[in-house]
Amino acid sequence: MADTGNNDAFVAFERVQKSYDGETLVVKDLNLTMPKGEFLTMLGPSGSGKTTCLMMLAGFETATHGEIKLDGVSINNIPPHKRGIGMVFQNYALFPHMTIAENLSFPLEVRKIGRSDREAKVRRALEMVEMGGFGGRRPAQLSGGQQQRVALARALVFEPELVLMDEPLGALDKQLREKMQFEITHLAHELGITTVYVTHDQTEALTMSDRVAVFNDGKIQQIAPPDELYESPQNSFVAQFIGENNTMEGTVKEIKDGLAVVQLDDGGLIDAKPVNVEKAGDRTLISIRPERVEFNCDRLRPGAHTLKAEVAEFIYMGDIFRTRLKVAGRDDFIIKTRNAPDQRRLQPGEQIEIGWLPEDCRALDAP
Amino acid sequence: MSDTTQTGPVLAADGTPLKRSLRRALRAQKMRALALIAPLLIFVLVAFIAPIADMLFRSVENQIVGNTLPMTVEELRDWDGTEVPDEQVFRALFFDLFLAAEAKEHTKLGSRLNYEQSGISSLFRTSGRDVGDIGEVFQDALTEIDPAFDEARFWYDMMSGGAEAEGNERLLSNQIGRLEVLEATNFSGDVDFVPGAAISDILPNTARAYAVFAAFTHFVDEDVVAEEEPWEAVYAALAIDLEDPATRAALAGYDGPGADVLRRAADAPLPPVDMKAAFIDSNKDWQRVGFWKVIKTYSPPYTTGYFLNAVDMEKTAEGIALRSADQRIYGILFQRTMFMSLMITFSCILLGYPVAWIMANLPARKANLLMILVLLPFWTSLLVRTSAWKVMLQQQGVINDTLVWLGLVANESRLVMINNQFGTIVAMTHILLPFMILPMYSVMQTIPPSYLRAAKSLGATNWTAFWRVYFPQSVPGIGAGSILVFILAIGYYITPEIVGGTTGTFISNRIAYHISTSLNWGLAAALGSILLAVVLILYWAYDKIVGIDNVKLGG
Repeated sequence: MADTGNNDAFVAFERVQKSYDGETLVVKDLNLTMPKGEFLTMLGPSGSGKTTCLMMLAGFETATHGEIKLDGVSINNIPPHKRGIGMVFQNYALFPHMTIAENLSFPLEVRKIGRSDREAKVRRALEMVEMGGFGGRRPAQLSGGQQQRVALARALVFEPELVLMDEPLGALDKQLREKMQFEITHLAHELGITTVYVTHDQTEALTMSDRVAVFNDGKIQQIAPPDELYESPQNSFVAQFIGENNTMEGTVKEIKDGLAVVQLDDGGLIDAKPVNVEKAGDRTLISIRPERVEFNCDRLRPGAHTLKAEVAEFIYMGDIFRTRLKVAGRDDFIIKTRNAPDQRRLQPGEQIEIGWLPEDCRALDAP
Repeated sequence: MSDTTQTGPVLAADGTPLKRSLRRALRAQKMRALALIAPLLIFVLVAFIAPIADMLFRSVENQIVGNTLPMTVEELRDWDGTEVPDEQVFRALFFDLFLAAEAKEHTKLGSRLNYEQSGISSLFRTSGRDVGDIGEVFQDALTEIDPAFDEARFWYDMMSGGAEAEGNERLLSNQIGRLEVLEATNFSGDVDFVPGAAISDILPNTARAYAVFAAFTHFVDEDVVAEEEPWEAVYAALAIDLEDPATRAALAGYDGPGADVLRRAADAPLPPVDMKAAFIDSNKDWQRVGFWKVIKTYSPPYTTGYFLNAVDMEKTAEGIALRSADQRIYGILFQRTMFMSLMITFSCILLGYPVAWIMANLPARKANLLMILVLLPFWTSLLVRTSAWKVMLQQQGVINDTLVWLGLVANESRLVMINNQFGTIVAMTHILLPFMILPMYSVMQTIPPSYLRAAKSLGATNWTAFWRVYFPQSVPGIGAGSILVFILAIGYYITPEIVGGTTGTFISNRIAYHISTSLNWGLAAALGSILLAVVLILYWAYDKIVGIDNVKLGG
């Protein structure tokens, strides 16, 4: 699933395994390479091994097997403080007994950088995160967002080439989080630093990253740019984990011309793009994004299969309408439509027909 | 909406000021809260605040001299302190001491003054025994003149001045009041005797002496006054009264009961009253000016004497001065107590810090096991633990035996590790260690491991990360543990008593000695008050330097 063997790789995991108790593997055979300057997000549910990977890269956990390389050199036996990797922690981990300036100065002091140099760098780093006037304050006197900026500045002040971030925005409210997402990506690209970002928030992963690695069960399920991940999930886990998704189970009836006809469990027929089904008779999970469902049958390709549906609920959400339908024996089928002047508002109880372009509907492996 | 425009106090919906209606609404809640803490509050007041207040009072209280020798103290007021006081003082002393001896209070006074000047105790004891003999001379002489002086009824009638005579209630109540102070009780009821006004004008000393005898007989001995022969002191008082030429003149016109007998006695030759000689005869120490100075110095009801004593000073005729070098013990003891408490605190920090750190960083199950080991000493008796150290550290003990067996120490030169400062420090460090570990542990538990990781990711070595990031955050725990251990140590008693010998004891052992052995409670209270003040000052200093807000016992 993951890309392998690349000599230009700045960060590389090679057949890395990790077990805490000697019985179960938390990380199973991880292979991953990152070019310099990339913003990679590790995304996955809790317990999927993403944070463990990050900790192994930072040096706080040792790999049970395999090799981790930084700039072509194995760092398995290098202690964390010699790796020169910047890190932003979940709760910022700003030292409460030091002022902001002292916090930023700390990595420079342990590197024995002269006082005047130190002060200049601290000032520059604080200005970079727009916290110029806060050097004399203590972390407890700052708001969550401000602490976040300081934590970022502290991770960057000693100019590391690689920065790791462990769910750094988890404690912020939605609005601030969105603002910080933008700022972090902006900063990372501007400074050209390689960034590994861990999160369980898929929106965050999609908006920020160059590439997203989706973790589950100690394995990378798919690693791809955000659009590819969203539009072409490689398996049912990725499809369900990324974005909202309607799924229906069925059996492949035939595959021809790159198009699979799937018979749903209640008998209805539907078109889908075969992704990891191979032959007629395979069980499959078909996946369709709510915004790609069409109920105006005029827009469908002639001859496309459609399903009968009954409107169960109409929810007005401002920019979009969210409509819940009863389809093929399930009542959790969601469609989203844009709130446009000509958009029809479906009424509960209304009988409609729905369909979609076959390339929007993906026939994946049955779980 | 109108609230925003009005200027006066904010009103509730019914028009009462909002503050008052809020108070009313919260009153029930406050009362309930108060009722919940009331048992503890009462307990603390009774068992803690009151004893401390009593101790503070006792350290300056000195009413015993004034209560026991009120007339003597009065007479001594004008004494210049250069030579032995005159006859008047000794006469006052005779009556005071006679009553005190009857009430068996004179030995207490002797012990009290003996703290200030050794020898006074025996002085009061011997003379308290002899006052009866001194007075008996006059009893014999008066009985010789008229046998009526031997009759209880005669005395009663004579001193009450007959059935219809006007009484001198004031004299009686004064004497009852004096007796109440001496016996430290309250008497109520009728003595069944009132001194006659006329006779008490003629015979003031006799009337006073008889009145106090009557009060004592009625209230303390619970006998009938009219049936008891008066004390020797009453005869002595009569002899003193009859010495005065004015008395004879006054008696001439008196016709109350016993007037004839009195006139005859006044005309007869009586032995001269010389109390000074009698007392010096009883005990030669009465002619030592120094002893009288002590009595005078300690006659006010409140004294700084105990405190001066507690800081190795004393009151002398020239004012307050340091005691001679061989008598200074408390300064050394206070210094030693402070020094050893600091040593114990430091060794607790050194031994406890790593344990607390390991406990805070182990997984919960192992940490709980360690916690049980830390708390284990609490389940063992303090005495057992202390005695165990005695077994361990003595010269024929486990450690010495092991060292000799290993050949590290020669058999003849076994180490002395007990009954000295070393033994006390070892045993008390062991006993107080949990009090250091627990606050440190609870503070360390709240320090997230991510701080250390952050420091390391920023390039700090393990040591730098610990020293610059972890340690400063654990200081509140060290502070809390240190205050706890230091304050416990400074007042510790039982362990230094058992393993301290002579060089390893604390000020508290001295306090205990004065409470239970020398019975000098005033000095014990003064030493205790100083100890309390030292602790409060240290606490204040700690607050100024470190800040008491930085002390955390958890969370």
